[in-house]
Formats: sequence, structure tokens, C-alpha cells
Amino acid sequence: MSKERIKISEDLYDIMPSDYQDLVKSATYGKEDRGWKDIGNSKELIEQHSLCAGCPESMAFRYILASLPNPEDTVMVGSTGCTSLVFPMVAVHNIHSLFGNQNAIASGLKRALSVRFPGRTKDVVVLAGDGATVDIGLDMTLQAWFRQEKFTTICFDNELYANTGGQESGLMQKGFVAKMAPVGKLFDKVRLPEIARESGCHYVVQCTVSKPSLIEKVIKNAVMIAREIGPTYLQLYTPCILEIGKNSMEGLQEMRDSEKPTERFAYKEYISEPAKQLLAEMAAKDKEKKAAAKQLAAQGA
Amino acid sequence: MGICLPNPGEAHINGVIVPEEKAYEEAAKQFLMAKVPTIFPGPLVLWAWNEKAAKKATAVRHLYNTLKECVQPGQTPMLIPMPDYRPKYPKINPEVEINPNHPNLTIWHNKIDCCMFIGVHCHQANLALKIIRGGTSCYTIAMCAQAGHEDAMLSFRDASVEKIMKLAEWVKKLKGTVKPRLTSAKSGASN
Repeated sequence: MSKERIKISEDLYDIMPSDYQDLVKSATYGKEDRGWKDIGNSKELIEQHSLCAGCPESMAFRYILASLPNPEDTVMVGSTGCTSLVFPMVAVHNIHSLFGNQNAIASGLKRALSVRFPGRTKDVVVLAGDGATVDIGLDMTLQAWFRQEKFTTICFDNELYANTGGQESGLMQKGFVAKMAPVGKLFDKVRLPEIARESGCHYVVQCTVSKPSLIEKVIKNAVMIAREIGPTYLQLYTPCILEIGKNSMEGLQEMRDSEKPTERFAYKEYISEPAKQLLAEMAAKDKEKKAAAKQLAAQGA
Repeated sequence: MGICLPNPGEAHINGVIVPEEKAYEEAAKQFLMAKVPTIFPGPLVLWAWNEKAAKKATAVRHLYNTLKECVQPGQTPMLIPMPDYRPKYPKINPEVEINPNHPNLTIWHNKIDCCMFIGVHCHQANLALKIIRGGTSCYTIAMCAQAGHEDAMLSFRDASVEKIMKLAEWVKKLKGTVKPRLTSAKSGASN
């Protein structure tokens, strides 16, 4: 898709539902410095969704969609879970894969896109829950990283199978008792960020989605590094407030509590040497651009 | 069982292959007979993704305007878009759009008794046409840009700007010669 094509036929413009008109008029496709601050000032790339009231996953979705550097040329690959209820309302190309198959689909997709559109940047972003990423799809997840496939994998970690009533998942914390796991988890949370690093990911971050600016930064870094260097992995804590016995308004606090330095979602980051170099180059270019803009503004004044 | 799709220059009416000219006449008759004749333009004409699409959109608007001019008092032509194929949450507004996953909602709500699909990708048109055929008594017409649709009661193939304009001409030609079904209170709704 090219943003030049995002145009409604003039003669049928008046009958198009307003959400599509708004997307054309005020969405941030093509805006170079798009980010979470556009939320509220422009049309978001997510319409109404059917997640529970106060669900942190919906916050994560909004921040991620606002931060993708190239949404008009991005394809997202989803999997079974709460996220699959949201994708129909997302104005970015997306594919629903078989449960756990998302990284295999993304591998083929990324390769096909680079053959089909050799002169154009096409980003692929996988977004799946912890069941799809770590349990059912672990084979596909790891193999994609071993093969150095150039796309970003985002895991919405809610530490259980929330969509189906609260079964134990590999990312559930040890000892946690869920509705459908009454004995309590007997072994530790799988350390996927460490596994990702050892499997060849060039950028790995584990954090919560309590801070939109942080999510913007890590999404942009992850997509750019995946585009230029190799696989990247983000593990974002998006607690299921229903399954952990919280109220709608308590999701944010739950994330803040869980990201304290001693807690299990303390910010964790790994950047490979080539990725560090790329980020440094990007920062230098950004600095140059800002300086030039400042100079231009000063001349104008 | 099943029906054959028409060859170029032909169409089908209820599964019977006919010369295209006959299908224009029948489609125009069905539009003029219906209490709520409706055109459902899909993404291939709603979005100006190339010049041809924009021209087809103009032709669709012309057909709708012609219909409005040619119907009698009591008939309500409508133009309802199918902008998206994905299911809409929490629900669609059947007054402003139709969705292929539950097209019957729009048909029932607006009491549509004759509709025409245009610019809808074939696999989605097939799905919607099957649901409409199974769940409503609405007469379905497909102005298909490919090989035609067996699930429509009347189907053209190789849709083009000229063909849409020709249908509009037929509607104009038959103006006043067809008696509308104004008495059918149920119209498109089958339950």
C-alpha cells in the first residue's frame, strides 16, 4: 500500500462511514515524526475495539500503532488470543495466523515483500500473546530468530491464557494460582528475553506499557533495527485485570508496581553491537536534522 | 449440480445463460420494481486506487442518480457502501454500511428487496451473496469485474464503466413501464 493510494473516490465520498473519512483526513500515515503524542490530535489507527474496559492491552495497542515508523508500509501478523479481537479494527495491513504460527508466517511474508517490492521499505511486525509466542509457537519463534529473519516480534505478556479463562502459560510466574490452574505454577517464568538474546535477536526489551514515551522509543528502535540488521524482540507486560482479580482502573497501577527495580518486569534491555552502532547513527542524524531545523527557524525569525 | 458462469458477452439470470442485453433489461426491471432498490459499492470502487476505479465510482453515482429520477413515489433507492470486509465490533450500523459477514442485518434493517454488488472482491461477494440468498428474499444482482457470480440471481461479468452506464440507460428506458411492488410490506426481510 502506498499512502498516495489512500484516497476515497470523490463521487462516493459522502457515503463512506466517517471513520474512513477521518482516516484519510487526519491519520498520521506518512508523518515522519509520528508518535504517541499524536493520540488525541489525529485519527488513531485503531477504531473501537472489543477488549475489556481498562485492559492494558488496549493501551499497548494504541501506543504501538501510534509509534510504528512506517504504518502505510507495515504488515502486522497476529495470532489467536485477545489481540485477534482487536486486529479487525486496526487500519494497518494485518494477517491472522494459525495459533503459534505467527513467526513462520512473518518469515515468509517478509521475504516475499522484499522480492515483490525490492525498492521499497516494508516492515513486518508480529504481535501475539504469551501462549502463541512462548508455548504453542515457541518452535516458530526461535527458528525465525535463529534464521535472523528481519522482523520484530512483540509478545503481549499477560502471564496466562486469559482469553480462555485463565490457564497456566510458560510466562506465568511461579506459584501463581489461576482460575483454571488451581494447583499453582510449579516452575519459573520462562526467561524468553534471555533466550531471545542467545538466539540471535539484536534488540531485546522487557518492560510494561505504563509509559507511552518508552513504548514509542522501543517500538521505533525495534522496527528500525529489524529493518536494517536482524530480529528484534519486545516483551510487554499487559496484565489481564480480570484474571488477576483487579478492577478496570487498576491496570496501570499493576504495571507500575510490577516494573519496580526488584520486580519481575523491571526494565531490561539488550542491544547487539551492530544495533548499537545503528542507533548511534540514527541519533546523530536526528541531531543534525534538529539543528538544521533550529537554524532555519532562527533565520526565519 | 450448480450453474455455469457466462462467457464474455453473456450474463446469467437465475442460472440460465442469456445474452447480456437481456440481463440489462431484467436488472433494470428488478430495480424499478423494488421498493428499496439498493447499490452496494465495495472497496474496489469506493477507493480511488487507480483512474479506472474513480471512473467506475462516477458511473455508480450516475446509476444511483438515474434510479432516483426513475422510481415512483414510495420507492426509496439507496446507496450503501461495503468499505470493509472484516467483522465490525461492537456492531455495524446497518444504516450506513453493509458488512459481508452479516449482510442480512443491513438488508433486513433497510427492508431492501433488490440489491446490486459492484466493486466487491469476488470471494467476499460470494460469501455475502450466499448469506443474502439463504437468509432474505432480496433479489441479488452482481456487476462483477471478473467471471460473474453463481450466487447472485442475476450476474454480469467483466464490469466496466460502459456497462454500468448502459444499465443506467436501461433504467431510464424502462422508466414508467414497470409496476413497482409497493404493496409488499415485508420487502427484503424474510423473517
